[in-house]
Amino acid sequence: MANMSATVGGAVAPSRKARRNWVPYALLLPGLLWLAVFYAAPMFTLGSQSVQEGNVYDGYVVTGNVGVYPEAVSEYWPHLLRSVGYAATATIVGLVLAYPLAYYMAQKAGRWKNILLILVIAPFFTSFLIRTLAWRIILSDGGIVSDVAEATGFMALLNLLDLSNGATLLNSRFAVMAGLTYNFLPFMILPLFATLDRLDPRLMEAARDLYASGWQTFRHVIWPLSLPGVVAGTLLTFIPAAGDYINSRLLGNTNTVMIGQVIDSLFLRVLDYPKAAALSFVLLLMIVTLVGIYVRKAGTEELV
Amino acid sequence: MLWIKKHLLLFAAMGTLAFLLVPNLVVALFSFNKPRGRYNYEWNEFSADAWLNPCGSPGICEALGLSLRVGITASVVATILGTLVAFALGRHRFRGRSTTNLLIFMPMATPEVVMGSSLLTLFVMAGLPSGALNITIAHIMFCLSFVVVAVKARVSSLDPRLEEAAADLGANAFQTFLRVTLPLAAPGILAGALLAFSLSFDDYIITNFNASPSSITFPMYVWGAAQRGTPVEIFVIGTVMFLTALLIVVIGHLFSMRRERRA
Repeated sequence: MANMSATVGGAVAPSRKARRNWVPYALLLPGLLWLAVFYAAPMFTLGSQSVQEGNVYDGYVVTGNVGVYPEAVSEYWPHLLRSVGYAATATIVGLVLAYPLAYYMAQKAGRWKNILLILVIAPFFTSFLIRTLAWRIILSDGGIVSDVAEATGFMALLNLLDLSNGATLLNSRFAVMAGLTYNFLPFMILPLFATLDRLDPRLMEAARDLYASGWQTFRHVIWPLSLPGVVAGTLLTFIPAAGDYINSRLLGNTNTVMIGQVIDSLFLRVLDYPKAAALSFVLLLMIVTLVGIYVRKAGTEELV
Repeated sequence: MLWIKKHLLLFAAMGTLAFLLVPNLVVALFSFNKPRGRYNYEWNEFSADAWLNPCGSPGICEALGLSLRVGITASVVATILGTLVAFALGRHRFRGRSTTNLLIFMPMATPEVVMGSSLLTLFVMAGLPSGALNITIAHIMFCLSFVVVAVKARVSSLDPRLEEAAADLGANAFQTFLRVTLPLAAPGILAGALLAFSLSFDDYIITNFNASPSSITFPMYVWGAAQRGTPVEIFVIGTVMFLTALLIVVIGHLFSMRRERRA
């Protein structure tokens, strides 16, 4: 992890004369003011909203009713757990899919490296929603994918694991998790690529000279050195995936509703602002807690 | 069998790349479909109608226009604010540096649905009606951190000796900044601006919380369309976006290659 701190904290110009010390504060002021007013302040209004009572038409009064929190959690805990479960699956599958590509790009691709990088970035710049609609076409009945899944017994396996929707791939748990994995995959590939790209190929040569097998080289040399990328990629995938509901809405069914969808509907359709605000906070708290535990276990505090 | 085992890494890498790219190919293919019924989910018949009239579906180009306006405003403002912050973090040591880092990191670690709903409560309490202004404000907020990260990476890797050399040659602080520092930081700033634009252009969740019926962005249009039927024009615009992005990235790459060769 030494290389991580070296790059994060590195190359800061030596502080010049003391009288120029106001410069960094002047540079920071507009940006931080924006974040203070439009990021930090909304968190307070959200908190205040969660302990209010009333309705949209007569107005809300702060009553300090914290009872809305246990109420919201007991009503929606399946959605909360489901969101965490789907996001964790998308993260793990994403890591397994991203690693070989990131490693190949960084260490093996040679002059193809930049072309591969362009091919990874380009889909990321095109509409998330349209690409998710494309998954509806790909997974639909009578499509190649569902025929292959039927023929190879993959469908039977999904049925056994209770991931499919009876007979179809679409509108199922499998479809939602596949969509989440797909949509957040570039967020896993890019940080992994960044750390693997800095890896000195001579280290792998040295491992081979010392008679390490391919697996041993990966286990004891490559993997530990790529941990900063693994941690960054995991966070960048898990956090947005846990709050997402586009995939569950477009690719899932009524049994795949994620917590974001509940919050959206409570805010914009049911207009139960206090409960919606409380659920928003619970989601944030859950994610912060999980991320905190994970970062502590992974041991890269330098990230934050 | 041995051949497969030898190239296992290559196969795994190409499999993932295919997984990433297939949906884009499907979008391109189905932009030439003449759908049976309202949903463009099944291949029916070849037709270039949608390509000849991409604004044919009512409201689609108005939504596109709003997304472009919001995206450009948000990325310009976020890039200016973010670049200033990145210079402070990348070039100066000061009290409160780690607090600043944390404040920059937080918006990236907050789920969109939480940011969107919290902004809604702020705007409701402030009595500000929903609409394009709120959307732009929100987009500047969540793009800012990404700009800071992109620019900071570039700024902190600059060699301080280049600026010292400029000073030794008699340039004043302003000249040094304008003629040496800024051009060197430009690729990072450009990358940050592009990233901000694409994040803004693509956002649905935060936008949906702060939009009004008269401020429909392109992702909101697509979302609405997906419930009622999917006009082929959406797939045309998706394909154009993919090709434009590809073109921009390729040009940027060629440009930086030429620069490196000259240097």
